Amino acid sequence: MKTIEVRRSDVQRAGPLVVSPAGRRRLRDTLEGYAFLLPALLGLALFWLGPVVASILISFTNWGSGQRVSWLGLENYRGLFTSPLFWKVFRNTWYYTLVSVPAGLLLSLCLALLANQKLRGIGIFRAVYFFPSIISMTAVALMWSFLFNPDLGFIDYAIRRVFHVPGPDWVNSISWAMPALIFVGVWKWAGYNMVIFLAGLQGIDRSLQEAAAIDGANSWQRFQHVTWPGLTPTTLFVLIIMLIGSFQVFEQTYVMTEGGPAYATLTMSYYIYLDAFQYFHMGQAAALAYVLFAVVCVVTALQFSASRRWVFYQ
Amino acid sequence: MRGSRVLAVGVGYLGLVAAALFFLLPLLWIVLTSLKTPEQLFQYPPRWWPERPTLENYAYLFSKMPFLRYSFNSLKVAGLSTLGSVASCSLAAYAFARLRFAGRTPLFYLLLATLMIPYQVTMIPVFILMRSLGWVDTYYPLIVPWFLGGAFGTFLLRQFFLTIPAELDDAAKIDGCSAFGIYRRIYLPLAGPALTALAIFVFMFQWNDLLTPVIYLSDPDKFTLTLGLAFFKGTVVTRWNLIMAGAVISAVPILILYVAAQRYFVQGVALTGLKG
Repeated sequence: MKTIEVRRSDVQRAGPLVVSPAGRRRLRDTLEGYAFLLPALLGLALFWLGPVVASILISFTNWGSGQRVSWLGLENYRGLFTSPLFWKVFRNTWYYTLVSVPAGLLLSLCLALLANQKLRGIGIFRAVYFFPSIISMTAVALMWSFLFNPDLGFIDYAIRRVFHVPGPDWVNSISWAMPALIFVGVWKWAGYNMVIFLAGLQGIDRSLQEAAAIDGANSWQRFQHVTWPGLTPTTLFVLIIMLIGSFQVFEQTYVMTEGGPAYATLTMSYYIYLDAFQYFHMGQAAALAYVLFAVVCVVTALQFSASRRWVFYQ
Repeated sequence: MRGSRVLAVGVGYLGLVAAALFFLLPLLWIVLTSLKTPEQLFQYPPRWWPERPTLENYAYLFSKMPFLRYSFNSLKVAGLSTLGSVASCSLAAYAFARLRFAGRTPLFYLLLATLMIPYQVTMIPVFILMRSLGWVDTYYPLIVPWFLGGAFGTFLLRQFFLTIPAELDDAAKIDGCSAFGIYRRIYLPLAGPALTALAIFVFMFQWNDLLTPVIYLSDPDKFTLTLGLAFFKGTVVTRWNLIMAGAVISAVPILILYVAAQRYFVQGVALTGLKG
């Protein structure tokens, strides 16, 4: 209380041109707010906003490729769009996304419905499903490299035993390498998305379920008309984080295929890494990163606008 | 009615067990492989249980290969990142939750918008920045960014801080407590569960991360466990029993953390899911 008295008299002495006590307090509050935000704002500027701007500038240059940095304008973008490899990579990226996202969504939703039952020991099952999502993708990808190994791996052994045919050469096969990477991604992340779905399921009003059951709805009808509409906001959220994640796949590729064989598993995110840090074509890699960014933005925006037709908010 | 209930429970467990096997069998196969000798590894047809399980693969990785050093490096990187993230995100989260200042709302949305930016977009300029600081092949690029906030942690903690009654602030202010005092004496102690959830998330993320170590580290002595593991696969192509032992070593600390603090893992995921 004392300090406030002193300040008021200061202001009075200084005359009417000085900011009012209220204005002074606002200034003090603002300074205080920014003091708390200082590390976060520094990080925002240095690691997000600055780089987002710098990246587009770099994409207009030959950074890394020449002795001197020179301005190329849209040359990097033109080079990308006229390169057959870029279009292959672009198709691979969509292949990964369009298979892994629906498959992962369906699997994690099924797991959540299973794990939402009121049964003894359900916590153990949930923990088992969740576990692969917390260990490193490096370990998971190494593990599946071994399981997919055509000579020693368990999968081809099982195929030989059950179907009496040789199994595919998975990560060394142009047609099977991508399905193997997709499988690994779906297997690892299913439990994570299941937990988000479980939170969504638990947010649905139970009385609606009970009312539907009393009205004679069978379990499929209850899912279709009560559970699913209630779960659509969660589904939208899971869909968007899966889409964004699927465009950034890196670790499986690095460990299992390195983009091969014959570029069959080279996706945009991995191509950006190779271009920037193996070939040091920073300019072209930055252009590619911006193309990826644009794809992510467009896809997310489309999801949000399409969501108006299928997402149901209570 | 009773019969159909029994049937439903039976079908329920059948589905649960089938799904559990889908996740457990591959993991079990890996653990058993890590206990095999080379002869047992190449045995055909393969056997699930090795006749005489051996820990020699683990002994080899810790004594002949630098897996102890890799583990220590990972612990250092993940531990310091966790510390930095909890400190910087909680400061920012308190400001966004409780302080009133010009630009608060736009800044908060700007921060959240960074969640949409793919890492690939920022990694090139950030690399150039780190290189100009002379930080390539050091741990600074892996750790320092975590001392400077981050949207995920700030959002998570802000949501939690908003559930703490603001009357506590008013009472503390009347008693002459500064904003920093309120943050330190009231918000931090009350936010234990949220801080733990964030700490676990950051630790796990950093322990598991591969891309940033791949970009910045080239001295094998500095490799983190994931990078060492990925690098190791290229050097011992067919010794899968050793590679699998390495994978198990990298997963065990996370398993222990999970068993000890399971509810915080689930809370962390659920908290991020709630905004949907």
